[in-house]
Amino acid sequence: MSSRARTIFFLISAAGLAAVFAWGFRDAPPLGDYRGPYGNVVTQVAVYERHATDVVNAINYDYRGFDTLGEEFIFFASVLGVLLLFRPQKEKENEGKNDSKEQEHLEEELPVSDTLRVSMQLMVVIMIVFGVYIAAHGQLTPGGGFQGGVILASAPLVVYLSGNAETFERIVSSPLIKLAESGGAAGYAIVGAAALFFGAHFLTNIIPLGMTGDLFSSGTIAVISALVGLEVTGGFVLLMKTYLQEIIVAHGGKK
Amino acid sequence: MLNYLTYIVAAWIFLWGLYGIVTSKNLVHQVVCAAVLQTSTYVLLLGIGFKVGGTAPIFADIPVGTSVVDPLVQALMLTDIVVEATVMALLLSMVVKSNEVAGTVDPEELRVLTG
Repeated sequence: MSSRARTIFFLISAAGLAAVFAWGFRDAPPLGDYRGPYGNVVTQVAVYERHATDVVNAINYDYRGFDTLGEEFIFFASVLGVLLLFRPQKEKENEGKNDSKEQEHLEEELPVSDTLRVSMQLMVVIMIVFGVYIAAHGQLTPGGGFQGGVILASAPLVVYLSGNAETFERIVSSPLIKLAESGGAAGYAIVGAAALFFGAHFLTNIIPLGMTGDLFSSGTIAVISALVGLEVTGGFVLLMKTYLQEIIVAHGGKK
Repeated sequence: MLNYLTYIVAAWIFLWGLYGIVTSKNLVHQVVCAAVLQTSTYVLLLGIGFKVGGTAPIFADIPVGTSVVDPLVQALMLTDIVVEATVMALLLSMVVKSNEVAGTVDPEELRVLTG
């Protein structure tokens, strides 16, 4: 099919899709006229039932926990897929480029100015504290594992951006990163399965709920949120490592 | 009309994303179009969950029973934003590999299946 014919075919189909969409939404309530019963019910009961003041996370890690487990494994599988696609290929690397060239590239880094280094260190400290804070307070205020994990994973990126590639390499090559990624994913499933030993359903909130508003409250919600934080941190750091290594290899090959 | 603007905007973003995917001449561009397409679901879900006078569903400093927007749709989106970023990373890594194997990022030229 030529690209022109395809565009015409698309425009016709898109018009059809738009028509079906409009027909499907003809009886939808106007903006702001909320009619769904579930949202109203869950906002009434979540604080009493789960002792979590952030209802979004109470849904995420408890009411809808099984679904989030699935999302977790989409995340996990995507990270694995990237690692698999960019796995080191021995034969190819021996052909054109060798390790010394990569090394050369790393050594060519410009000397880091003191200002940059000091502000980078300050920034990294702030990011780690803020990331842990966000991940740990998910059950109380907006935040949780997903958001905190992304903030934590950005900290090594700041190290890299400030020109300190060697320190970045040392951080991201740590086995702890892989442990966080896989341990977080496995931990979620284990917390869910632990409920089975108490004769409850999978992912039932079995840990004592504590005082509403306390840091250690809401039972498994806080635990799962922390585990998700670990996994997201590990996953994103692994992604950044893989991509940046790919860039360095491509760079070394071109020279 | 204005009351239904969310649905229209969602459909609008969806169709433009789809248009981009269909007519794209570059796989990286195509991946970005897929991301644009996906953001239409955020607009749609947030629009459905919105309530006039509703505030954020966080009861840390407001009493239970206050009118809040639907937390369900927000929970759906929250996980999706992070997961989408990694799925994008996976798609882009496929683009890199495709470029290595076929030497092109133009989907038009990727016609022959090679092992």
